Amino acid sequence: MYLAFFKMKFLTGLQYRAAAAAGMATQFVWGIFGILLYKAFYETNASAFPMDFQALASYIWLQQAFLSLYFVWIFEEDIFQTITSGGVVYELCRPMDLYTMWFSRSVANRVSQAVLRCLPVLLFASILKRPYGIGLPVSIHAAFWFFISFFLALFTVVAFTMLIYISAFYTIQTNGIRTLAGGLVEFLSGATIPLPFLPDGVRTVVELLPLASMQNVPFRVYGGDLSGNEMYAKIALQLFWIIVMVMLGKWLTSRALRRVVVQGG
Amino acid sequence: MRLYWKYFAMHLKSAMQFKASFFMMLVGQFLVSFSVFLGIHFMYLRFPTVKGYSYQDSLLCFAVILLSFSIAEIFVRGFDAFAGMLANGEFDRILVRPRNEILQVLCSKIAFTRIGRVVQAIAMFLYVVATSEISWGVKQILTVIFMVIGGSGLFAAMFILYAALCFFTTESLEFMNIFTDGAREYGKYPIDIYGKKVLWICTFLVPYTLVQYYPFLYLTGRRNEWWLMFLPFLALLFLVPAFAFWKYGVRHFKSTGS
Repeated sequence: MYLAFFKMKFLTGLQYRAAAAAGMATQFVWGIFGILLYKAFYETNASAFPMDFQALASYIWLQQAFLSLYFVWIFEEDIFQTITSGGVVYELCRPMDLYTMWFSRSVANRVSQAVLRCLPVLLFASILKRPYGIGLPVSIHAAFWFFISFFLALFTVVAFTMLIYISAFYTIQTNGIRTLAGGLVEFLSGATIPLPFLPDGVRTVVELLPLASMQNVPFRVYGGDLSGNEMYAKIALQLFWIIVMVMLGKWLTSRALRRVVVQGG
Repeated sequence: MRLYWKYFAMHLKSAMQFKASFFMMLVGQFLVSFSVFLGIHFMYLRFPTVKGYSYQDSLLCFAVILLSFSIAEIFVRGFDAFAGMLANGEFDRILVRPRNEILQVLCSKIAFTRIGRVVQAIAMFLYVVATSEISWGVKQILTVIFMVIGGSGLFAAMFILYAALCFFTTESLEFMNIFTDGAREYGKYPIDIYGKKVLWICTFLVPYTLVQYYPFLYLTGRRNEWWLMFLPFLALLFLVPAFAFWKYGVRHFKSTGS
């Protein structure tokens, strides 16, 4: 079921190879600028740098490579449209749970876009001179946990976007909510600057939020910035937020659907 | 021009029809660039200076770039969404009307929600004026105004170039974002912190340093040559090839047929 969706989305994604290529060029440039920027800070005052430079470079390149996985701005217009236009009743006729269906569809969409884009970016980043390119994961142990939290982060992002989709049941006009949420997430998930760069007080609070369970965790595990007990705690927190957000999403969907009145025709 | 104001009023009225959504967009837009500001703020909390530039210096650069970008975006937004117009045949309709096609594309969209960003840019300006050591005189004020004019023109040129490219690709090209969104993102620091090569590219290939870095040096008293303050006008020359390319695109335009 999930696989079928995945295949479908992947094939449509493949149709836009030129767009993907152009997108990759963008990602190279953004990555390079990001690295140059932090390099300037690093050269000015290396002792104030909260991360290993190599870990940071890996963080930036992973961020660029997997942009479409964790970028909260990517919403599926289809889903909003089915909700606002009332097409959602057709979806309800299908013998599947609405939430699960949309959830797997979003996951598939993100993964298919990322698969196309990540390899060239990662390849490019790996031939760059150390420490500006992407390093290998610091250990096999880190690689394993990176892998786990990588998917957990993806599920966190999707569970979060699901809440926004569902809000369309209640508000119809979602542009406002979307930009609001996007702006917040951008900063609180560590997309603007990696969370270790925040001052300690702010950081403790921010790291508990569900938004910090997104790219923040896997990318830092990869570079070895998160390890040991702190890492296990963060991954447990990821799990916790996924469960909370999925339950909330399901509850809100069923509540919204109970109010749906299907007009004839 | 009268026609433009008419469109302007029309868009304003239609935006006001959905007040709640409009204001949420406004706040959202504000938050987006505010998160960039927070990024700068927290970076400077950790590092008091970077390559000799202070927090105020960065804010000044960011304010100029953000203000230019937002002004350009409010008015030239139609070009940004141009790929859609090509694809759905809207542009065919424009061509048959007896008016200048640039004017019509300009009028097709006016993005008032970007005012959220303008407000932020102005707030940052005020902060810089209040706290930095620049002694503000007529020359300094003029320099800032020139920077914003040059910057808006340059961003507008980028949007037009971006639209003109769509004539040949019909799809919008993501890599053009580097020159618009990218410049906005990374223009928040004086350009030379990215190194000599980037400085060179941003001077001779896409003239962002002419509106940001060089006049900025003059403004903060790092350099004293008076002609630096007029450099933004040189950047305006970039509009010429952008328009030429657009004209070239229009001449080669083939309808998508829908």
